[in-house]
This record gives sequence, structure tokens and C-alpha cells, in this order.
Amino acid sequence: MRYEAPKTTKEAATFLKKEKGDAFILAGGTDLLVKMKLGISAPDLVVDIKKIPAMNAINHNASGSKIGAAVSGAELGEHKGLSKSWPGVVEATNLIGSDQVQSRATMVGNLCNASPAADSVPAMIAAGAKAIVVGSTKRRTVPVEKVVTGPGQTSLADDEVIEAITLPKRGKRAGDAYLRFIPRTEMDIAVVSAGVNLTLERGVVKTARICLGAVAPTAILVPAAAKAIIGTKLDDEALDKLAAACSAACNPIDDKRGTIEYRVRVAGVLAKRAAKIAFQRAGGA
Amino acid sequence: MGNDTSYTDQKFEQVGRRVKRPDGVDKVTGRAKYGADAYAPGQLVGLILRSPHAHARIKKIDTSKAEKLAGVKAVVTYDDLPDLTGGNRGMMDILENCMARGRALYDGHAVAAVAAVDKTIAKRALKLIKVTYEKLPHVTDVDEAMEADAPVVQDFVFTSGVEPKPTKPSNVSGISQFGHGDVDAGFAEADVIVEKSYKTEQTHQGYIEPHACLANMSSDGSGELWVTTQGHFVFRNVCSTLLGIDIAKLKVTASEIGGGFGGKTHVWMEPVALVLSRKANRPVKLVMTRDEVFKASGPTCSTSIDVKIGAKKDGTITAASANLRYQNGAFPANWGMIGAMTAYACYDLKNVKTVGYDVLVNRPKVAAYRAPSAPMAAFGVESTMDLMAGKLGMDPVEFRIKNAAKEGTRASYGPVYGPIGIGPTLEAVKKHPHMRAKLKKNQGRGMACGFWFNFGGQTCTDLNIGVDGTVSLTVGTIDVGGSRASLSLIAAEELGIDYEQVKASVADTASLGHNDMTEGSRGTFSSGMATIFAARNAVEVMKGRAAKMWDIPVEDVVWENGGAKATGKAHSNLPPLTLKEIAAKSPQTGGPIAGHNETVADNAGVSFASHICDVEVDPETGSTRVIRYTVVQDAGKAIHPDYVEGQFQGGAAQGIGWALNEEYIYGKDGTLQNPGFLDYRIPVCSDLPFIDTEILEIPNPNHPYGVRGVGETSIVPPLAAIGNAVSNAVGVRLNHIPMSPPRILKALDEQAGG
Repeated sequence: MRYEAPKTTKEAATFLKKEKGDAFILAGGTDLLVKMKLGISAPDLVVDIKKIPAMNAINHNASGSKIGAAVSGAELGEHKGLSKSWPGVVEATNLIGSDQVQSRATMVGNLCNASPAADSVPAMIAAGAKAIVVGSTKRRTVPVEKVVTGPGQTSLADDEVIEAITLPKRGKRAGDAYLRFIPRTEMDIAVVSAGVNLTLERGVVKTARICLGAVAPTAILVPAAAKAIIGTKLDDEALDKLAAACSAACNPIDDKRGTIEYRVRVAGVLAKRAAKIAFQRAGGA
Repeated sequence: MGNDTSYTDQKFEQVGRRVKRPDGVDKVTGRAKYGADAYAPGQLVGLILRSPHAHARIKKIDTSKAEKLAGVKAVVTYDDLPDLTGGNRGMMDILENCMARGRALYDGHAVAAVAAVDKTIAKRALKLIKVTYEKLPHVTDVDEAMEADAPVVQDFVFTSGVEPKPTKPSNVSGISQFGHGDVDAGFAEADVIVEKSYKTEQTHQGYIEPHACLANMSSDGSGELWVTTQGHFVFRNVCSTLLGIDIAKLKVTASEIGGGFGGKTHVWMEPVALVLSRKANRPVKLVMTRDEVFKASGPTCSTSIDVKIGAKKDGTITAASANLRYQNGAFPANWGMIGAMTAYACYDLKNVKTVGYDVLVNRPKVAAYRAPSAPMAAFGVESTMDLMAGKLGMDPVEFRIKNAAKEGTRASYGPVYGPIGIGPTLEAVKKHPHMRAKLKKNQGRGMACGFWFNFGGQTCTDLNIGVDGTVSLTVGTIDVGGSRASLSLIAAEELGIDYEQVKASVADTASLGHNDMTEGSRGTFSSGMATIFAARNAVEVMKGRAAKMWDIPVEDVVWENGGAKATGKAHSNLPPLTLKEIAAKSPQTGGPIAGHNETVADNAGVSFASHICDVEVDPETGSTRVIRYTVVQDAGKAIHPDYVEGQFQGGAAQGIGWALNEEYIYGKDGTLQNPGFLDYRIPVCSDLPFIDTEILEIPNPNHPYGVRGVGETSIVPPLAAIGNAVSNAVGVRLNHIPMSPPRILKALDEQAGG
């Protein structure tokens, strides 16, 4: 196994392009190193992106936010501006693992690991986040929901690296929230999760994006759930419709972490609860 | 000088202090050496190849490629572990569990092992071993395994305890029955009868430290084994028998232990390490991964239990019965029998009958887990007790008090009780402020009782006094819960010195006579007894030395306040001699001063507990949080109250995990789906409330200080206490453990629908 630590994203992409064997990006390593220890992954090349300056920066200003791919969960949590504009995204990322894991784990790593249960992903998708993708020859921007295509699968080409995540400009009457269900209080993987992002106009929901995790092969955006609350003051009827739309959108599996029946049911419960938090954060009554 | 084991009421100076444990600093600084911390020059890395199938015939094992790999020093299969057991099937089961012999009996069953110069090569070698399997039908569920057409797990097993003797092999290895009176007549007398069936899933002890050992066989046939274990003498005897080594030629040293809870009473892989070392002629270190610990060490049983209780309107139980089906994994054991013994041990019953079924399935060989078999039986019985109290309109505590066993009660498993603590723990619960605390919406309170036998067993202890007057206490029971501190307190008490003057250690097998395992909550009970007698023997030696120093008859010397005192007017001018002064002169008065004792500590006092628990259930997700928990238990005498409370809390914590989320999940293919702490969910700190404790002291009449074992009983009540609390919180009675969120939500749905 070879280890490279390039100084630019382009260089990283070039290492990937040249490699004939199995190549993996190392950011926090909280997935890759565990897989290597368990013998699930045996890379020929590991490209460490933590030495790339652009990957380590958080840019947060009036026109939007940009979070480098090597920024840890802990750094994200300590950023006051981001936590104020996007509390749901930050909280979702901070739910991953333990304090120790937080000091290494990254949002982009969580995304590219492509687990249907990844915590930061539904929050990012609800927030309308985009990924800046750098290849050996070209650069592109894609919505986060287009990155993961199935469990462990992404749409990235072999020579592509995500350099950063962007979050849109944040208005005043806006709020987001993320909730996951785990049987324990922490140190666990989502059985079901829901991210909600909404804006208000005169106390009424103007825009909304709702995304569910761990209920399908990828995190899923549920436009019908958004539709159920747009134009409402998030009254009980709207919330029930939202829950029903979320449950209807689920396509989960039965596994060691939960049953189909349970996931479908609780997806609606969590979406409702997350919507209420987001609504409150947006200044809704 | 007889060793009088009977209880004497006395005022203690040292016993009852909350002193620091001698192993504490090393453990918190990382200096303590655990199973995987040993090193020997030239040591190799051992790894085990395990079956990926639940049940398969092993047609061929081709190790030739692995043997040829550079750096591989030994490859072993069952051919290297010939049968030396002389027809002892129990020993053969241990050997076959360490290495499959023609058939893999569960997912994770060892089929071959390698020793290589490093881990990378050892891993590569495992991949080069080619095993040809023929898959066989499997069964993992206890009820399915009892069906007539179930795949037979072991063809040498014929059901014992039935007449006439069966002619066909069965997965039911034994049926055992306990009780007295006439239950049919008792049920006919009852005004109310409650019947209910329960299931509990398989759980693992979940100790933090995986199994690990360093085996070092010499070419002269002698050997050494460093190992994490609850009983190094037993490990020595088992390994000696299986490998044909003289007992005296195998020295076993126990490491510090990172938790055992019964799971380290059993030999899982140590003979394999020794045989690899013998074949390679090098030391071999073998350390299980967590995955291996889950798959190939010994969890506790999953069970299926039917309970029936009948009572008069006034709350008197007229009859009680239970059928208890316990799966023991792939090898016969008697866990169902023990469940049948413990089920009704808390109660004074005129008519009682329990039947235990021991059942084989394609799962790992079951081992003891803290009060093994009792928590599941208590879940069934104590849930049904609450149902009955509800039907009778009685308070659950009052209903239990009315039927509680007392001194003179014939226990459902046979013996007549001496002084016992079930009544006092129930009275303490009744009085406890926890019982009157207000509850909020979706919160509920439950309580339940529990029993454990406790055990004594073979024990051997040395006490040596240094010339500076400090005392080395050498014991042979592994310290799993602070026993070095409690035993030092006992030695200090007997000698009349301060705790700080005593240092206790656990000896290797070459340094002391045989000691049974630290199991059955026996560590402080039995080694405490041996320590008392060893100290008393040392006192006799010191009295002799004092007599010599004074040049007076030994009959005129008594031991008081940590020193020798001359009695009688003739010696009134002699100032007392302290232990320190006598020790300082010992080279001149006859050499080293020591006390020794070997004993079979009989009559460990039975132990009872009653627990109170508050839960809050989220009715929309089925999530349950334990918000308050109180343990009341009889300790006989708490030698070191901190560690008694620690045992109460630890058992409750494990019980809470078992009750709510822990379970072995098997796929349709019979393979374990969750062999890791991510998906086998033991509680993390934030899942648990502070666990409050109340120690009762009802002296055990058969121990000089009144000690009863305290380590196990605390895991018995939680499953039922939590089940009863959930029922009181949201009105649904869960009859399947764990009460995981999907199960609770489903029960709530069914209730709403029905």
C-alpha cells in the first residue's frame, strides 16, 4: 500500500487517475481505517487530503458558505456563524460517533462513504447543499443528492475528489433541523432519520425541503412532504400530511437495526418533530 | 485450633472501610497488564480460522499452501488435538468447541489455526487454508430445536431425565423437575389463575477485554500460560488433561482481567495456543477480535418460558408452575435446570413445580453469565406476579411480601432456608422514598425480586509477614470486583493492623494449592474465609514468637489490638509486643512468619434483592429510558461497601441493557448478524441513570463475618422490573426481551388496534 499526501486537489485527482489498483481518499479515516482493520478494504493507494489548504477552510459570509472536505465535525461545531445559519447541518454532523471521532470525521467523508444511514447527508440535502467536485481535467458542481447512488456507491468518477460542500445564502426567516432515531442515546447508527429545512413568510411556510435517511438505498428527498407544509403555519393537519407523505416515500429493508414497519412509521414521527424545530428556529410561532 | 466458620457478631475496625483498591492506580494509568499485554522473546502471532456456516460437515481441510508460506511456523487442525479425555464427554466437548472435529456446529466454530511471525502473514496463511464444507440443515431457535423434525445438532445426545430411556438422539439433552406439593390441587383451590408465556433473546456478558493468552511450551514438555481468566487453576487442569501435560508442569499465570461476568470461566482457545506453541517450538500469542468474542466465546441462553400462578382472593398463592426451555448452544449443559431451580426461590409456596428443558441449537456453547439462568426465569415469574397482583387488586410489593420465603421455608428447589433477605429487601422497598416519588406522563414504575444461590468451593490462601511488619496476602481467586481490597481489609482486621500494611496479590498456579474459579459470587466469601483462618494461623505463630522473646509459656500470650500481650500477674511488667516488633525479630526467633489455610468453603449464604425502576416510554417511537433505579440487596456483611455497591450497580446496568436492547440476531442462514458493539447494543453511560443502592446486612450464619456473595443477584430482577415499569407507563405488557423500540411500538399499535 502506498500513501500520498498532495498539496492541491488537482494533484490528488491526478494520483487517483494514475492508480491502477484500488485507491481511496483518506480524510478523517473514521470509515476507511476501520474497514482496513476489519479486512473489508485493502487499498493499493491511500491519498490523504488533509494537507490540502483549500480542503481545510470554512468560508462563511453573506453570499453563502463553503466547507472544505477535510474540515472535521468538531471544527464545524465550533464555527459560530455556521451553527447559527445551519444548526441542522451542524448538529447532524456532530451526531456522528464520539468526541474522538468528531475530531477526525468530516461531512464529505460521511457523504462519500455512501451509507444510507449517514447522519450529515439528509441535513445537507435538505439544506440544498452542493458538492464541488474536482477531477484530473475538469471541475464541476453537483447537488449533494446526486452524489450517492446506492449503498457504498457514488456518481464520482475514478479520478474525482470532492473539494468542498457549499451551502446557499441564508435569509432571516429560515431554519433547519435534523433528528435521527437510535435505540441508545449516542454512539449509534441511525435506524431512521429526517432533515427539514424551511423558510417562512409572514408566519407561513414559504419553501421547504425534507430529506429522509436510512429508509431507502440512499437518503431521499421527499417533495410531497414539502408540499404538505408549504403555505401552512405547520398546524396539526399539515404535520399529519407531512408524516404521511414521509412514510409513503420510505422504501426500507428489515435488518438488524430495525424493521420495515418500524422505519416507515418512525420516519413520519421524526419528520414532524424536525419540522417543528426548524419552524421554531425560523421564528415561527 | 479449629477453623470455626460460624458467624460471630463483632465490632469491626477495618472491615466496612471504603479504602482504595491496590490495583487502582495501575489500572487508571495503563500500567496494569491484561491478557494481551504479555510478551515473550520470539513470540508468534496466532490466528484461528472459523466456520462461516451455522452447521456443516467438514469434508477436507487442506493446509499445505499455508504451511509453505514463508513466516508460518505452525498450522493446526483437530488432527493436532487428539482425544486424550479417556471418555470424559464434558472434556471432549471443551476440546471439540476449541477445534471442530469433522463438523462445524455454529457460525464461528474454530476449524484450523496458524502461528506466524507477524499478523499480516498469519492473516494471509488463514486465507490459504482450504476447507471443503458440506452445508447441513441448522436450527438456532430454542422452540424450533425441540420440534420433532428439527435438525439434530449432536447425535450422541439422548434426553436424560425421562423414562424409558430414549432410543433416538434429541436436541433436548435433559429434562429436570423441581418442586413440592400438588400443583393440580393448588390450582383447583385458586380463585384467580394467571398464565403467560415469555421469550428472552441471547445476550453476551460484553466484557471490555477480549480473550487473550500467551502460550509457551518448552521442548522438555513443560509449559507456561499467561491468560485472562476467572480461574487459572481450572484452566491449568483443563489444558493439562486435553494436551496430556502433567498438572505440575503447566504453570498458568492470570493477567489482570477486563471483565468476565462468567464468560471467562470457560476454556475457549487456550489449548489451541498451547498446541500451536508446542508445534512451532515458539511462544504464541492468541488474542480474539471482538467479532470472535461474540461468535466463539460463551454468551448466555435464549429462552422460552411458560408461567402459571394461582392465588386466593386474599393474595395467598395456592400453586405455581413453570416450563423453562433454555438453549445451551451446540453442547449439552444444564442451564435450563438452573433456571427451573431459581424460578420460584423467592417465595414460600405450598404447591410448586418447575420443569427445565436443556436444548441444543447451532449457536456458540453457552457459558455462565452473572447468576446464570436466573434473570430469564425471574422475568417470567416476576412479570406474572405483577399480572396477578393487578388481577387481585393488590399492591405488587404487598402481594410479594405476603408470599415471600422466610427462615424455615422449603425452597422450591429443595433446601430449607436459614435466615434470608427477601422479606427485608421487600420491606425496605416499601419504605423507600423512590416508591413515593411522583411520575410524569408516559412514565411508569416497576419492581421485581431476584435470587441467587452463591457458591463457596475450594480455596487456598497464604499470608506472609515481612520483617518490616507488612503483610503479603496471596490468594488464588481472581480479583474481578475489588476482592484484593476486601481481602486485605479482612487480613488487617484479623491481625489488628491497618489496611495499608497489607498488600494482596493473586498467585500463579505454581505458588498455591488449587482454587476454584471466581464464580458463584465466591471471591470474597471463600477467600475471605481462608484469609481469616490463614491470619489466625499467623497469629498463633506470632504468639509463639512473642513467648520466645519474653521467655514465658505461650499459654500466657494473647493477641490484642495488633500485638501480643502477656497475661497474668507474673508478666504484668511486660509491655505488649506489636506485630512490627515481633516481625523485626523473626530471623532470630525461628525465621519467617506465615499463615496458611486450605478449605472447601461450604454454605455460601443465598442472596436476595428487590429492585425499583422508573421508565419513560416515547409512545411514538417505542424508545424507553430508565430514569431512576434503586437496588436493595442483602450482602450479609459488606466488607468493602464501595465494591458491594459497585456490584449492585453493575448487575443492574447489565440487566438494563439486556432488558432494552441487547440481543444476538441470527439471519435465516444461521449466521450471527451483529457480532460487534455497534449493533450489539450494550448501554453507554448516557443511557443509564444513577443507580441508587441500599445494602442490607442479614448475616450468613456460616461465615465468621456473616459474608454472603454479592456479585450476581443484582442482574436477576432488572428484566422484570423494567417490564413491569413499561407496563405501568404505557399499559402494554412486553413478553419478549429485549423490549426494543420496534417491539414496544408494535405492542402499542396492537393495543390501540385491539
